[in-house]
Parts: sequence; C-alpha cells; structure tokens
Amino acid sequence: MDLHFTSDRPSDDEISAVDALLGPAVSRWAGGERSDPAEGQTAVGGHRTSGRRHLLLPVLHAVQWRVGWISRGALNYACRRLDVPPAEAYGVASFYDMLSMEPQHAVVARVCDDIACLARGADELCSKLEESLGPAAHSGQRTPSNWVRSPCLGLCERAPAVLVTGAGEQPSNCVSAPASPSSVLRCIRFPAPGVSDRQPAEVSVPQAGDASLDLLRRIGSSGALSLDGYRASGGLSALRLALRKGRDWVLREVEASRLVGRGGAAFPTGVKWRAVAGASGTKYLVCNADESEPGTFKDRVLMEGDPFAIVEAIAIASYATECERAYVYIRGEYPRATERLRFAIAEFEEAGLLKSACPIEIRRGAGAYICGEETALFNSIEGYRGEPRNKPPYPTEVGLFGKPTLVNNVETLANVPRILLQGGSDFAAIGTEGSRGPKLFCLSGHVERPGVYEARFGVSVRELIDMAGGVAGTGKLQAVLVGGAAGAFLAPNELDAPFTFEGMRAVGATVGSAVVMPFDDSVDLALILLRIAEFFREESCGQCVPCRVGTVRQDELLQRLREGRFIGSMDQERALLQDISQVMRDASICGLGHTAASAVDSALARFPIFSRSHP
Amino acid sequence: MSDYPTPDAPSLTIPVPRGPLPSTPDRGAGPPVTLEVDGEAVTVPAGSTLLDACSKRGVDTPTLCYLETLSPVNVCRVCVVELEGSRTLVPACSRPAAEGMVVSTDSERVRLSRRMVLEFLSSSNDVETAPELQEYMERYGADPERYGSRNGQAATQAQPTKIDNELYVRDYSKCILCYKCVEACGVDAQNTFAIAVAGRGFESHIATEFDVPLPDSACVYCGNCIGVCPTGALMFKSEHDLRNAGEWDESQQETTDTICPYCGVGCTLTLHTQDNRIVKATSPLDQEVTSGNLCIKGRFGWQFVGGGKSGSSGS
Repeated sequence: MDLHFTSDRPSDDEISAVDALLGPAVSRWAGGERSDPAEGQTAVGGHRTSGRRHLLLPVLHAVQWRVGWISRGALNYACRRLDVPPAEAYGVASFYDMLSMEPQHAVVARVCDDIACLARGADELCSKLEESLGPAAHSGQRTPSNWVRSPCLGLCERAPAVLVTGAGEQPSNCVSAPASPSSVLRCIRFPAPGVSDRQPAEVSVPQAGDASLDLLRRIGSSGALSLDGYRASGGLSALRLALRKGRDWVLREVEASRLVGRGGAAFPTGVKWRAVAGASGTKYLVCNADESEPGTFKDRVLMEGDPFAIVEAIAIASYATECERAYVYIRGEYPRATERLRFAIAEFEEAGLLKSACPIEIRRGAGAYICGEETALFNSIEGYRGEPRNKPPYPTEVGLFGKPTLVNNVETLANVPRILLQGGSDFAAIGTEGSRGPKLFCLSGHVERPGVYEARFGVSVRELIDMAGGVAGTGKLQAVLVGGAAGAFLAPNELDAPFTFEGMRAVGATVGSAVVMPFDDSVDLALILLRIAEFFREESCGQCVPCRVGTVRQDELLQRLREGRFIGSMDQERALLQDISQVMRDASICGLGHTAASAVDSALARFPIFSRSHP
Repeated sequence: MSDYPTPDAPSLTIPVPRGPLPSTPDRGAGPPVTLEVDGEAVTVPAGSTLLDACSKRGVDTPTLCYLETLSPVNVCRVCVVELEGSRTLVPACSRPAAEGMVVSTDSERVRLSRRMVLEFLSSSNDVETAPELQEYMERYGADPERYGSRNGQAATQAQPTKIDNELYVRDYSKCILCYKCVEACGVDAQNTFAIAVAGRGFESHIATEFDVPLPDSACVYCGNCIGVCPTGALMFKSEHDLRNAGEWDESQQETTDTICPYCGVGCTLTLHTQDNRIVKATSPLDQEVTSGNLCIKGRFGWQFVGGGKSGSSGS
C-alpha cells in the first residue's frame, strides 16, 4: 500500500516497544534503515505485511504500556511496520479507553464509579481523591491528571475498586479493592512491576472449600495454580478422555448436556460446536473473556482461581471442532486473570498438552465494553475498530478472519470438563426444564457477603441474596438489578422468581450475565439509572444511529426528569422515553443498543422514581 | 509468571487476510426468490436484497448510508423493515431476500423507527443542505424539537467548518456518519485511506490521523467523497463560497455531460453551470467508466475555464 505519513518521528523508546513485539525493521520501507542497496527499486510489503494487520492492537498496547500514551511518531512507526494507513490506525487507537492519544502520566489510577461501586462508597472515594490529586482526567485537559473515572472494573464484590496502571520498561498493575484514598495513593507513588493484588482470588468465593461445588470446586485449593497440582486434583482427565473417545463423542456429550451459553445470549453450545465441527477449511476458536457487563465478575474469578481448567476446556473444544488456532480475548482491566491464563497456557504448551488441540493466544482488550459482542470482538482482534457486524451471517459461518469460528464465554467452557467426566445427560438432569446445569451468580451491591456463588438452576433471587448473607446497608431492600446493566430491576415482591431463563422471562427480566445486585432503601435509584444511562452513552460504539444518538437522548432525558426541567409536559417526556427505548430495541445493529434501555424501562415501570417533585 | 505485562507474543507468521465482511451475496447464483412485501408476492433474482424486492414492489424505501456503488454498511437504519419471525427490524439495504420471507414496510413499528432515526439525526446535525433527509422527515413526521437541541439542552455535532484547502470544505456539523466518504476513500473506490472513523459513540467522527488538516494527510483531492456525501457536509469550495454569498441557486443551474479532456480514460463529466459558469463537476453513478468517481483533474480541473480564480493548487 502506498501510505502517506506526517513528518513526526518515533522516539527510541517507542521504536523499542514496537520492535520488542515485531522484531527489528528489516528495511527502510518499514521504518528501519536501508539495508539492501536494491531497496530503492523493489518494494517490500504486499500480503506478507498487510496480513499482519491483526497485530495493530498488540502494537498499540506495547507503546501505551512502555510510554504511557501514543504519539504521532509512534503511530507512524506502528503503521509503517504493519502497512496500515495512519488514519485507520488513529480510528482504531481512539476507539479504546485505555489507549491515550494525548500525553498522560505514566501511572494512572482507574477509579470505578459504576453502579456496584457507587452503592458502596465510590463517590466518597472520588471526592477524597479530588482533594489530594485534583480533578479526574478528561480529554483535552491541559495538565493531565493522575486519576480517571472508570466504568465497571469487574471487581464489584470488592467495591469500591481501583486499578492503577503504570507504564515503563517494567509496567505495573496494582489492584486496590476495596480501595481507600491511602491505598490508591500508595499504588500511585510506589508502582511495583508486574501485577499486585493483596487479596487472593478466593476472597471472591465465599463458598470456597465446599466439596459439593462443581465450577468453583478448585478455587482456593492447592491444585489451582500449578500444572502438577491441577493434575493431582483431577485435572486433565477430561482432556484425556476426550482424546481417547474421539471428537464425535465429545460433540454428542456436549449436545446431550443441553448446556447453553453463559455470556448472556443463551445459545445452545452443542449446536454451535456441531456447526463449527461440520465446517471445512480453516476454523478458529475464540474464548470470550471480555467480561465488561457492570456487576459481572464470574469469568474473572474463574480465570484467576482455576486458570488451568479454562485452558483444558479450550483444548477440548478446539480438538472437538478441529480449530486451527484459539484466541482468548480478555479485557484489558483484568491483569491477574491475564497473567494466570498466560502461565497456564505456557505450562500446557510445555507439557505437550496442546498437540492434539491447537495453539492458544491471548489478546487483550483495551477498554471497550462493546468488544464483548462477538463480532465486534472479531474486528478488534483483526485490527479494526470494535464495531459489531451485521448478522446474519453468524460466526459459525463467517467469523474471525472471515472463517467459521466457535465463540464461547469463559463460564460456558468451564462446564465442559464436568460434562465429559460425568456425562452430558447427568449435567442435563440438573436444573429446570429450560435451564440446565450448575450456574455462577455475581452477588454485589448491598449484600453482606458479596462474591461469586454457585447454585443449581432453579434457585430464586431471594435464595441467592440469602446465600450472600441477606441485604446489607440499612437492611431494607429497595430494588434488585438482575442480569446486568443490560438487564432489569425487580421489586422486593418479585424475589421468589426462579433465576432461570424461563423464570426471568416471566417477570420481564433476563438471566444475562447472572448479576444479582440489591440496593437498600438509602440508595437514590435515580442516580443509579443515570449512571446506567451514562454507561451506555459512553460505551456505544457509535456505528448505528439508533444507539449512537439514542443512548445520548436517553441520558439527557433522564437528567431532565431528575431536575424537573421538562420539554413540554412530564407525560410527553415519558412518551418520548418510550419512543427512544423502542427504536434502540428495534433498529440497533447489536445487543448493546437492543438492551440499552432495558434497565431504565424496568425501573420506571416498577418504581415512582421521577414522579416526585424535585428541588 | 511475572512476565506480565510484557507484550504478548502473538504469532507473527500467520498472514491472515481479512475475511469477507457480511455483505450482499453474489447476484444471480441460484434460482429466483419469491417473498411477500406488504401483502403482495414479489419475485427477485437470487442474491437480491430486501431493498431490491421493495423497489420491485414499487415501495420507495428511504436510504441515507446506502449507495449502489458502495458496499452496504447498514448503519443509518432508516431503511429498516419488519420481517416476520425476526425479533428486531432488519435493514432492507443489506438483508438478502430469502424464499418465503414476509416483509412489512409501513407498519407502526417501521414508521416509528424511521421517524426516530430522522429525529435523532436532525436533532444532532445541521440538515440545511440535505434535501433527501428533509423530505424523509416530512414523510415520517419527524420533530427534532422534542429534544431541546435549539435551546442547548441536547448534544449536537455543531462545530466550525473546516476550510483547509482551496478545493473542498468539510462541515462536520452536517455529518451523519454514513461512512460513505470513508468507503469511497478506501477500498470501494480510491484506495487512498486518507480518512477513517475515529473516536467512539457520539464522539465518533470522520478524521485524518490525529485530525491533521487535509494538506498534511494522504488526501489526493479526487473529491469522490464529495460525490457520495448525502448531506452536503463535504462540499466544493466553489459551491460553499457561492452559498455564503447567497448566490447559489440550483433552480438556475444546468447540467451538461461531456468527456473529461485530460487523459485517454474517457470519464463522463457532468458540468453544473450557473450564469454560464461551471460551479461543480460530477460523474453519473451509472457510468460504466467512472461509477461516479473522478480524479483531481476531472473533479476540480475545470476552474481554468472560467478564468480568474485558480483552484487547483495554483502552482
């Protein structure tokens, strides 16, 4: 490609960050020195270079982690190396929250002010930080700040949560949760290379050690974090069994289990596996670990607490469907899960356990909720903006790099070893008619013991809250958000609804990512709704009109309702809100737009939130 | 185990070209397809879209981001129709027609979505120079005043016009983000890749790298982006200047088709004249040589005809 560049040059640090990933530039075409005198007459590039477009996000990550931001010179160099037009690369880089296009401090605290943290002191934490560090960073600021407000970090059970990231030759990640102003300041002032989190993964699993557990059984045990320990605790037997009994047996067991996807869409897993197994040619597997739904942290806990089990499941799935390569797309805000999975993959590789499966590669997201949508995720891996594609065609036909692709959520995969070891029909016998198997639930907000809980499908919302020690805070329940920010609010008299696909549907809610977030009666629900509206406004990719503008208009309208500043009458405003909700649900491209009004709609239908007069 | 976050070590050696994006399938492969549009059976060739089927049925479907010479991106959603069995509405411009489909193009749901899309756009953008959009607004009764954009209560795309060269201006307060210019600048026509969508959400916008001015970018001034822009956000400087002076008057304009005199390719030029002076040049979309595209010479090289103002670079 004949590319045009501005005259900005990369710094030595930027070059070395990119070269550490791609190797040194071999020609002047790619931003290096002219090595071959004939270079002026021959071009270097073509498919060999442009076929590396998928390395764009890893390269941008490398620069961000080394220098703390992406300068014009760095972008130019990345583009030369990968043969990507700078305008397109800028479009990609500016899509992600964790990539900065302006100079920034090397160490930045990402302070979650999303709903779960909001219910547990995020506001107070933010105002304390404001006192000691000045106002939070926002774009276009002349002097950058050391801290920024962040959407949900997936640490809801340890709210309020903060992730402090530090760029440099030895990057740092410090998780502080529950965070205090002093713990955040300590992380900022003394960044320790690598990943630091003072709490072990099992603090998020109040049931840890209970022998009757399925999915959470190994978390916190000595077998969880080394390959030998994993093997000793019964790990790898499912993979061995699969290899002995063959692909078709695996597919049949997964079908018989009647397992459906645990990421939110609830598509039958066996149908997906069968479709991809039946496709010919190159195929890919993607483990969707971009868990970003506010209130959701089950996948993080699985990856941190039992990483070898996830890798084993990926190996089984790629063996059964004959995939050529597996990608784990994990959100950029999950440093410990990334580190542990990477270690587990390396151990599997070294032990030769991926020989019958396929290579597994980790790809990190960079702060974009939408990349959890499977087709947006493909675009993100391929080096394009994380914009969802139109469906059909579905990923099992046209997926990653245009090839048939098996996409499974982390928790979905975590069920696979059990299904093989105890039989698909045994799995299917658990739960209810429409919802089979064990299930993980994310309890946060006002419960006494927040965390990931395992229960059998059929358990009610009330039972789940009781498992977590009941309603915390004032002890008086006001409302429960179920399914996530894209889910629905339930009133206290609806708690006996079983948390199953059919049970939730009956009360106008969804299982979603199995969030259960109670709010006590001291919480101003209007503020929670405004935060949800703000979340969707900020996370909309901006591709289609209904969602790009609808999420903004919804947010504006809720603010007007809160302030009692109507355009026309209250009734006209409520009618407008319904119109906005309907066009987003009916005409958006993807699930983000379809569900961006769900929680707001459900709350307004149940609670008199904006009907009182306001100051 | 403590190697995080050194860069991941992805495989550097798998040259994986980007796969085909979801788009319309090949035309003409397979038997014709019969479906029902607004209660009447329509038969279209295999590979047709619902938009084709609607046209065949005589239904006029509004479109903004669709153009027959570009790959459908189906982002504006103004063409959505109701498809029996589908939970959501579907975009007519890109949904392949299939045997037995039952489609409604004027149901309450369809009308509401179309009206809302038009309200969303007109409450965010200046639609002054977008006659098609205005006509659709009238058709669907869109009322942009419901959002308070007039009195500053609603976010808009209002911003100063970018005038950084002598050939064309960019007024992104009029940009509805239809992606057409990006497609025309990229693989659908010019392969220059000077512009792309940057940012996210409502902040998404068409940009060069780091929003540098056009003369610092890869732009080759073919003007093919102007040719596809549905709202006048991209405009000939000549038209922009005449409009500013209050002299632009389309009712007084004539068009004349001719062949571009610059090289041997033989592109059809449509010269738009007002008061016997050329005010802009376009090329017909259905012209087999150009498909509506031109180069800098054909698009802007006519300015010598009128004498006086030199447009193209003046070097």
